[in-house]
Amino acid sequence: MADVLVDDRPTPAVPPRAAPPRRPSARQLERRSRVVRYALRIVVVVYLIMLVGWPLSLVAQRALGNGLDDIKELFADPQMMHAFKLTLFAALISVAINTVFGITISILLVRYEFPGKRLLNAFVDLPLAVSPIVVGLSLVLVYNSRSGWFGPALEGAGFRVMYAFPAIVMATTFVALPLVIREVVPVLQEVGTDQEQAARSLGANAFQRFRRITLPSIKWAVIYGMVLTLARSLGEFGAVKVVSGNVLGVTRTATLAVEEKYLNFDKPGAYATAFLLALVSVACIIVVSLLRPKDQG
Amino acid sequence: MSIEVSHITKRFGDFVALDDVSVTIPSGGLTALLGPSGGGKSTLLRIIAGLEYADEGTVTIEGVDATDLPAQHRNVGFVFQHYAAFKHMSVYRNVAFGLEIRKRPKDEIDARVRELLQLVHLEQFAERKPAQLSGGQRQRMALARALAVEPTVLLLDEPFGALDAKVRKELRDWLRRLHDEVNVTTVFVTHDQEEALEVADEIVVINDGRIEQIGTPDQLYDEPAGDFVMRFLGPVTQLGGQLVRPHDLELRPDADGVGIRGEVTRIVRVGFEVRLDVTTADQVVGASVTRAQFLNLGLDVGSPVRLVVAPNATTVDVEHEVADPLELVDA
Repeated sequence: MADVLVDDRPTPAVPPRAAPPRRPSARQLERRSRVVRYALRIVVVVYLIMLVGWPLSLVAQRALGNGLDDIKELFADPQMMHAFKLTLFAALISVAINTVFGITISILLVRYEFPGKRLLNAFVDLPLAVSPIVVGLSLVLVYNSRSGWFGPALEGAGFRVMYAFPAIVMATTFVALPLVIREVVPVLQEVGTDQEQAARSLGANAFQRFRRITLPSIKWAVIYGMVLTLARSLGEFGAVKVVSGNVLGVTRTATLAVEEKYLNFDKPGAYATAFLLALVSVACIIVVSLLRPKDQG
Repeated sequence: MSIEVSHITKRFGDFVALDDVSVTIPSGGLTALLGPSGGGKSTLLRIIAGLEYADEGTVTIEGVDATDLPAQHRNVGFVFQHYAAFKHMSVYRNVAFGLEIRKRPKDEIDARVRELLQLVHLEQFAERKPAQLSGGQRQRMALARALAVEPTVLLLDEPFGALDAKVRKELRDWLRRLHDEVNVTTVFVTHDQEEALEVADEIVVINDGRIEQIGTPDQLYDEPAGDFVMRFLGPVTQLGGQLVRPHDLELRPDADGVGIRGEVTRIVRVGFEVRLDVTTADQVVGASVTRAQFLNLGLDVGSPVRLVVAPNATTVDVEHEVADPLELVDA
């Protein structure tokens, strides 16, 4: 009897030990990440070109198809000049109102606690979420001179709102509401209150702190917000269409004029107008992007 | 009688940050508010500065009731842990800020700013922006800025907390020398007991919203009022029901027959110091001797040894059990 256990089974042939899988070298990893980076960049560039760059360049092409003639024709037309002026004034007023209220609301949202703050935050985004046509319609409901909430009262005081300049301004201002705020709020949050507290300890009152510390620290956010507001205001169509009445030479804005020309088969005129509108907006954005110092977010 | 804090209570919701705190901070001195994080010392400092308001109690600065006075009227200089530099202004404009707010004449401002920049050795950086300075330089600028308006009181909230160890030590010495030169009543908050012991004339130990003890560094180290102060200000070990400083434990040969018997279970050498764990009948005790003493004793792991508390050593009754044999203070 074997009292030593011996394993008598034939030993299976052991395959030669396989070489362990080679880990990618540092250079290979580098190359892989570089490929991914370039791929992503190409995807982004193609996306921007297809959606934004190419259509805009086509508009530019059509507008400049006859050289500067189509554009010169626009400037020779007094109705068009009125349309441009109307659009510009409405946009500038919108920028002014949205800058003042935008900065105020931003400071309120970031530096203070109060009941209903979350609701206010949500309301600020409303103009972006709601269709501009709905914006226009709601303004009509409130301000029309027959059955609106405020319309008859204001009309009685001699102040015509609906289907006139004030309504255009309101519509334009409303749709651009969130733009300044959404630029300023993150910057205010990041800057924090330390600097303002330091200013306080050094003797600065609220206004001095605002002017010397807060405002300079949000300067570029405000400027960028203003530029976006200008661009958005120049280009507003839907809300303005509902509230303006579109009377030639009185309440027709540049964007409404583009539609009008296009529908009346004045395609060159339409493209020329659209081109000018886009040009101003794009120029503003480019200028600000170039001026902005690199370290500012 | 520079700053009098009387029965100050401050709550943040349910959390009581300061509970009926009263202290008098002497004029012209350099006082430290020392304690663990969250203990209430920063809150107290900010209440003195006017950056927070107390729920109860009063603050009097140089005889004037400042309890309801807004920060900008208290004439206190405040230095923040993270510098709070005005990023968009040059170093010069930063330091000049308080004077410009007070609408002083231009040449007066210029003279004062130059004087202060010299004091803090930042003259050649006058036109730089804070972002171009190192942490230590930014803090020196912040100090100059706070001193520019000749404040009644200078308050510093963990001023060197954001700096690395070497710069911290340098600025610590520098603050002490600056204080000796400028002599304004200074209060600084720190959780670093070494810093407090080295720099301050007087230390106020604050824990859990209450004052544990007030005294000079020597008083606090040699005559701690209780468990917490003793542990916070230096290393402790527990022998029986008492806390004692590890270096106050004398190690005697077993043959002497005195003290408490134990066996050496661990030996760690740290620089010039040798730390030993001695296991007695019911505890593990930490002792600390110099290298020379250690070599003289000829001990090794497993050697029997006797522990005797040195005469005149500081001891305090244990309130909370010590977790490690040798409880060091965290740096």
